[in-house]
Amino acid sequence: MTPVSTIKKSGFDYNAMAVLGICIAGAVWALLAAALGTDAAMRIHAWIILAGFLTGILILAGAYSNGGVEVDRREYNESIVRYGVIASMFWAIAGLLVGVIIAAQLAWPALLQFEAFPQINFGRLRPVHTSAVIFAFGGNVLIATSFYVVQRTSRVRLAGGVWPWFVFWGYQFFIVVAATGYLLGITQSKEYAEPEWYADIWLTLVWVAYLLVFLVTLARRKEPHIYVANWFYLAFIVTIALLHVINNLSMPADWLGSRSYSAFAGVQDAMTQWWYGHNAVGFFLTAGFLGIMYYFIPKRAERPVFSYRLSIVHFWALIFIYIWAGPHHLHYTALPEWTQTLGMTFSIMLLMPSWGGMINGLMTLSGAWDKLRTDPVIRMLVVSVAFYGMSTFEGPVMSIRAVNSLSHYTDWTIGHVHSGALGWVGFISFGAIYCLVPWLWKRKSMFSRALIEWHFWLATLGILLYITSMWVSGIMQGLMWRAYNELGFLEYSFIETVEAMHPYYIIRVGGGLLYLAGALLMAWNVYKTIRGDVADTEEVAAQQPLLKPAQ
Amino acid sequence: MADHDKMPVDELTGIETTGHEWDGITELDNPLPRWWLWIFYASIVWSIIYMIFMPAWPALPGFDGHTRGLRNHSERANVAVAMSELEARRGPMFAELQRVVDEQGVRAVLDDGDLLNFTLAAGRSAFGDNCATCHGAGGGGFIGYPNLRDDDWIWGGSYDAIRQTIAGGIRWDAHPETRFSQMPAFGRDELLTRDEISAVTDYVMTLSSLTVSADADLVLGASVFETQCATCHMADGRGDITQGAPNLTNNIWLYGGSREQIQASIYRGPYGAMPSWENRLPEPVITALAAYVYLLGGGETLAQASGPETGEAG
Repeated sequence: MTPVSTIKKSGFDYNAMAVLGICIAGAVWALLAAALGTDAAMRIHAWIILAGFLTGILILAGAYSNGGVEVDRREYNESIVRYGVIASMFWAIAGLLVGVIIAAQLAWPALLQFEAFPQINFGRLRPVHTSAVIFAFGGNVLIATSFYVVQRTSRVRLAGGVWPWFVFWGYQFFIVVAATGYLLGITQSKEYAEPEWYADIWLTLVWVAYLLVFLVTLARRKEPHIYVANWFYLAFIVTIALLHVINNLSMPADWLGSRSYSAFAGVQDAMTQWWYGHNAVGFFLTAGFLGIMYYFIPKRAERPVFSYRLSIVHFWALIFIYIWAGPHHLHYTALPEWTQTLGMTFSIMLLMPSWGGMINGLMTLSGAWDKLRTDPVIRMLVVSVAFYGMSTFEGPVMSIRAVNSLSHYTDWTIGHVHSGALGWVGFISFGAIYCLVPWLWKRKSMFSRALIEWHFWLATLGILLYITSMWVSGIMQGLMWRAYNELGFLEYSFIETVEAMHPYYIIRVGGGLLYLAGALLMAWNVYKTIRGDVADTEEVAAQQPLLKPAQ
Repeated sequence: MADHDKMPVDELTGIETTGHEWDGITELDNPLPRWWLWIFYASIVWSIIYMIFMPAWPALPGFDGHTRGLRNHSERANVAVAMSELEARRGPMFAELQRVVDEQGVRAVLDDGDLLNFTLAAGRSAFGDNCATCHGAGGGGFIGYPNLRDDDWIWGGSYDAIRQTIAGGIRWDAHPETRFSQMPAFGRDELLTRDEISAVTDYVMTLSSLTVSADADLVLGASVFETQCATCHMADGRGDITQGAPNLTNNIWLYGGSREQIQASIYRGPYGAMPSWENRLPEPVITALAAYVYLLGGGETLAQASGPETGEAG
């Protein structure tokens, strides 16, 4: 480590002043909203927001009383990646826990519905779960790994001085504001875009800072070409900015109130929402995590990427085609039929571009397949890619109108989402974190490989229970809904179909519990590794080369 | 890349790399897998063919908004056809049900096996999706929502009475023919004192032969009942279906039969409502629903209904 005295620090520069200005402006607005807010939920929420901005000011004061943030270009900024890894672990546990709770609420609704506490009933906890796993866990993994990968593959320190820290803390703040808002009943009722206008404005600010930090770092790169992982990260950041801003265009009912009205209405609103929703899957959960895949699989397997040409072609095909596929969420609705055709055909054409990433991931293992036996992290990464291949096959199948008429609105959709979320996104993230922790904290390996093995098998079993129970329950549900008796009446009332789901909902809780248990083992393993309790006898599967100076 | 001089070769596979390296990661110069490429092309060709057959391209001149495709497919038209087919299939039996009920009375349905099956199927289907939420899937009811299987009826258990209740709803202001009555909130509106409510609670319990404590003031209770309750519930407590005043003597309780629950009902004056189903459900479906509820087990003949057998379901 370079002695502290020689590390260059920023001092209190104009960047720090800008962040301070943002925090003060936010705090003033929060104070006004707390005092004069037009609705009770807004006034309560404003106190939480005020506390957040004051915390931000305190963090700034702490950093700058110490000479400012480190800006020494001879070193990579690994500190922010460490924060990101810990935040990812925290949100993973939180999001999975809430998932298990709401799964139990669906399995035992009479027992777990509390009339006196609407804050913890299914309707409010459900967006807490989805936002916590997708945006809090997934988002932190993406931010942390993108900051790591872009530095390493560009051989340059992360740009922007204080701004990457603004992105990190600002993003955590957004998550807290969003989640506490849901609990208070503040929502704009758009799936995966529930936060109200003030949270949306804040996220826009954070996201633009993220984009600029990433772009300037890339622009300063010392490599002649931009590595493929960074294409995917950049596509993810740019497109999410676009999706977020457009889907959330709305007019606040009051500048000190928690309610707003969407700029869109009727089927246009539905189409905008699912253009957003589908591409959140496409660019957040697919493109972003493919960025992770393209760095961590070749790195961990110590093998070259299978095909450069495939990576170019499938990247551009994926980017071009994904953005049109959203209408398949609105089959058999008021959406014009030509638009449904567009969504369905583009979903079919999307299959091979998606699979390009799977092929490149799996074939990169050629020559290193034996590592699947010995290295549970590689196994996790590879199984993740396998689940990716399965989900991206299932998705186009479900987008076919005839299939969709059976699958839509049933648990099959939930199973599909979770094979992607638990299998692909979860496993690739866990694999990346298992690689990163020893690299970042300069440990020989993780604390325990046996715990990684346990994590792998518990989580795999959990996923299988989850998706198989949802397949059965979803297809059964779809068949029951459409069943007519010989006299021309619906065979089952809705409540009978709900009752039939009960056993599968219990199995799902079991699957979720196993997955959560695996993540808890991981958190313990990460904690022990960070503390330095690494057993010498543990085999090192792949060691990151020693720090290569950025300049 | 431009000059094809020697690129480094990956020893394991013998494939050239692209010559780039990022943080130790290199890339092989493998071609696109053929099967991958051909399936990709095939999916594009299939999509174009699909677009030729189905409604697809918008905003082309001369196509009235968008192309209709060679199949001239319209899901809206398909739904209309499916619905009219279904109605054509069920229509004759609905008409037959209406005719039999109008001309011979609902009990005649029991004599015609096919018609009975149809009525039960139609009623069960409508009941499951519209009524079961409150009355339970089997019609057994919950607290505040009457049991429809017993022979105790608040507004009358004849077919005609049931049909009118379903069509107009209960305390449903939007319907002019809705069933309406209102029990005063004796406690909340301070019409009775605490002691009077307590006493009349005990008295009402004795009407259903429930045990009351030894120090219950039944004399006061009886006098309160006579002045405040008997107008609707009748002096003997057997209720009055013309006013929707439940029978208090059969130990069937809409809002629960514990002392606390009875006292709470007197205190607050329950005001339960049921929506009117007229205009929400087609007329034939309401007929089938009324017949189904009637046939659930507790329906009264007109002769029975005119007798004193009225009271509360619960």
